[in-house]
Amino acid sequence: MHLPALQVVIPLIAAALCALFRHYFLAWFITILASWLSFAIAILLLLQVMSRGVISYELGGWVAPIGIEYRIDLLNAFVLLIVSGVGAVIVPYAQKSISQSIEKSQQSWFYSMYLMALTGLLGVSITGDAFNIFVFLEISSLASYVMIAMGPDRRGLTAAYQYLIMGTVGATFIVIGIGLLWAMTGTLNLYDLAQKIPLIENSRPVLAALAFLTVGISLKLALFPLHLWLPNAYAYSPGVASAFLAGTATKVAIYLLLRFFFTVFGGVEFFQSTPLPEILFVLSLLAMFAASIVAVFQSNIKRMLAYSSVAQIGFITLGISYATEIGLTGAIAHMFNHAIMKAGLFLLIGAVMFRLGSVKIEDMAGIGRKMPFTMAGFVILGLSLLGAPGTVGFISKWYLALAALQEGQWWAVALIVAASLVTMLYIGRVVEVAYFREPTVKVDQLREVPSSMLLPSFLLVGAAVYFGLDTSLSV
Amino acid sequence: MMIDIPPGLILILGALIVPFLKGYLRGVFLLALPILSSFILYNLPDGSHFAITAFGQHLELLRVDPLSRIFGYVFLIAIFLGIIYSLHLRTIEEHLSGLIYSGAAIGAVFAGDLISLFVYWELTAISSVFLILARRTPEALAASMRYLIIQVGSGVLLLAGLIIRWNETGNITFDHIGLESVGGVLIFLAFGIKAAFPLLHNWLQDSYPQATPTGTVILSAFTTKLAIYALARGYAGTEELIWIGTIMAIFPIFFAIIENDLRRVLAYSLNNQLGFMVVGIGIGTELALNGTAAHAFSHIIYKALLFMSMGAILHRTGTVLASELGGLYKTMPFTSIFCIIGAASISAFPLFCGFISKSMILSAVAYEGHYWVWILLLLASAGVIHYSAIKVPYFAFFANDSGKRPKEAPLNMLIAMALASILCVGIGVWPSSLFYILPFEVNYIPYTESHILSQLQLLFFSALSFAVLIKLGFYPVQSKSTIIDTDWIYRRLAKAVVVLITNVALTLHSNLFEVTILRARRLVDQLYKHHGPQGILARTWPTGSMVLWVAIFLGIYLLLYFIKNI
Repeated sequence: MHLPALQVVIPLIAAALCALFRHYFLAWFITILASWLSFAIAILLLLQVMSRGVISYELGGWVAPIGIEYRIDLLNAFVLLIVSGVGAVIVPYAQKSISQSIEKSQQSWFYSMYLMALTGLLGVSITGDAFNIFVFLEISSLASYVMIAMGPDRRGLTAAYQYLIMGTVGATFIVIGIGLLWAMTGTLNLYDLAQKIPLIENSRPVLAALAFLTVGISLKLALFPLHLWLPNAYAYSPGVASAFLAGTATKVAIYLLLRFFFTVFGGVEFFQSTPLPEILFVLSLLAMFAASIVAVFQSNIKRMLAYSSVAQIGFITLGISYATEIGLTGAIAHMFNHAIMKAGLFLLIGAVMFRLGSVKIEDMAGIGRKMPFTMAGFVILGLSLLGAPGTVGFISKWYLALAALQEGQWWAVALIVAASLVTMLYIGRVVEVAYFREPTVKVDQLREVPSSMLLPSFLLVGAAVYFGLDTSLSV
Repeated sequence: MMIDIPPGLILILGALIVPFLKGYLRGVFLLALPILSSFILYNLPDGSHFAITAFGQHLELLRVDPLSRIFGYVFLIAIFLGIIYSLHLRTIEEHLSGLIYSGAAIGAVFAGDLISLFVYWELTAISSVFLILARRTPEALAASMRYLIIQVGSGVLLLAGLIIRWNETGNITFDHIGLESVGGVLIFLAFGIKAAFPLLHNWLQDSYPQATPTGTVILSAFTTKLAIYALARGYAGTEELIWIGTIMAIFPIFFAIIENDLRRVLAYSLNNQLGFMVVGIGIGTELALNGTAAHAFSHIIYKALLFMSMGAILHRTGTVLASELGGLYKTMPFTSIFCIIGAASISAFPLFCGFISKSMILSAVAYEGHYWVWILLLLASAGVIHYSAIKVPYFAFFANDSGKRPKEAPLNMLIAMALASILCVGIGVWPSSLFYILPFEVNYIPYTESHILSQLQLLFFSALSFAVLIKLGFYPVQSKSTIIDTDWIYRRLAKAVVVLITNVALTLHSNLFEVTILRARRLVDQLYKHHGPQGILARTWPTGSMVLWVAIFLGIYLLLYFIKNI
């Protein structure tokens, strides 16, 4: 069974094919084929892991510590599912959206980059080799820089440039960390590392490696206050790219954080012996509030959603900082849920962009009457974002609150609820404008977006409700 | 077999189809529903038929026994009459809410446990309020809100009582409850509100006269009688009820005599008649309970008949104020005859249905030796005759000619009234037909010399006193005014208190509010300064400073990890 290899190889080859054919429709067709195939593979892998436990796959037949090992346990099978799932749902939407914002001759490049980013993110999640992680991370990052730069807004160029610098700094830090670990242990295999590090875990190079990895990954996952690259990158990229990156890139970085701290560096006890839980806790709370409040004042809805992402990442890292079973369940569930919600929100706001040509809140007056489905979906996902019962957002926030309770931190529960209320402010602002204002002349002429854009969005809306009611998968 | 469908459910579900029907078809469908339900009820043997499990409890939705059966029949008769009476309506809101309301009341009667009772209890409150709202006057709106608050309040009490009882006994079947526990008292109060106990009664006089002509007819049948049924089921033989009932029977008389709105007069007499039934429940012997059930049965019919005649007048003339009516018999002869039949029934004239049922209760009181109660109830009977049986027809159809010459009531109203009249007389003449469906075996003979004689004495002396008062001009002048009963407490006193509190609160509030607004504005300004688009947290930072942050963090982490190591 070569499924683990195919998971990465299919989008990689497809990316090359897109670049070769350079025909916009063919490229889209290849992309849709490749992305749905890898989604199917991810589902199969998850099923296999569920029934038979950890899958270990030796690339090229080389045995583990020396050769590259792909190792899939429940955690990264789940991440693979998120990444490929969001990646697959978005593609049908992409065709209309991209053909409006990018020239025909450039479109195949976009799809190519999209597939490269997908390859990279899947690769990071699936591999069991530290250096391989770096390589795939760079593949996905480079591809994302290009996608962001292709955005309709010229500020996309600066945003991409900043992201490039920051992303490279982050990746460099990660590779420095990995290098130090390799120097100390002589191995790059994560599970081999996990066995060797505890013996020398208090030596200075290992601690330095940990510091570099922490900062590098924090940068990648946009942990407050290292999130500064994120808002512009999400705001000025094409709608499809925003949805894809918001749904997947930061989630993969979170996966890395979990993997390094809880697998490589000896698990919960080590994690709690470092000052990281406290730092993470404080930064998470700061992110939850500061970024949410910033989101309230944004007039560009995409930027608003981007800041909301920073805040929601705060919720996820809050769960991680507890390092308890419930806390981690909450964090991972919120990772899954946030991927669904934010990808969906970005798709829907991309639909607004598609028709209206603007995502300024003041231009959207009365749009709920003209694009009823789009805005209805936005409201449902917004409700989920603030944790209304019956949606996914409620489940994960419930677990986070439980985790806080388990630690006896009543006030933290109050803070979680309060941060959710701030979420209500910025979602409510959009609802108010979209439904309770008289439509402007421009809005009055709008039509609903084509179903090829609505259906993928509603697939995510449906998922947000479905998994809010049936929690067996995400919990 | 479709036999096991609860009869109430047929009405409720049927109501959902009504909006899709038009014209004759709708009328036929409306009338078919209660007939179908009656047929099903007739074929249902005693016992429990429709049990489901919900809330971890065994719910009995259809418990048929003689006590629930008689109430089920009379409710079905009442809604049947009500539908005929309202067939002329072009709008469907009254049909809809009437059907759902009656369906809920019937469902409640057959509920074998307190939870399903509660659900139907609340449903009667919510569905019936539309009968008042449909009048579409500001007074009706206000009255309907007061009505709704009190009715839902009763439901909340019932729920609280049921939860306490459930906790204490682990049992939610609806059987004898008694006043021994807190839960029992709360449920008693809930029933008491709907049964219009003294001091809990004023929603009745407040809201019924405000409903539409047809609405009042339907309202008068269900809510209070449902409460009577519930009391008979849960609190039969409770001593307190005897005195509560006696007071209920006496005190409305005085209000009714001075009241000008004839439908309000009838509402007071409704209260008085409920008093008799409550006394019967308090006595609790087989004869007394039979009397209560029989009285509820005949009362629903003759009270509906009286409200129908007043409704017909309201329909034709737009008013039911005694001071503005009079002499209507000339143009509404049938309506006046029917009204007199209803009046004869309510005053327990021999050969009319009220005579049978009231004598049963009075005899039961006498047999148990409650002589004071017996005397007071006789007094109350005299009062009824006086104001309800004589005053209402007198002022409406005779008295001074008001000059109004309305047309006779519409045909469907006349048919409904005729049917009700036939029932009144039929039961009065052949009481055995009613005895057949009473909860307990009957060996009671209503037509004895002493019963007839004492009743006739009462009748004639009441009539005499009325005639004398009218002739001598001592009868209270019928003037236009709202008579404030104990609802003064919430209409005036509570309002005054609320206004006072509101004023104080407003002053405080406006001061506080300004301060708070000022604070909030400052807070938002501050937030905006830091979090707004140009704020330190939101502006686009130069790449260099971002990297600086990264470096700072790297330094912090390195330091912290090393410190830990040391």
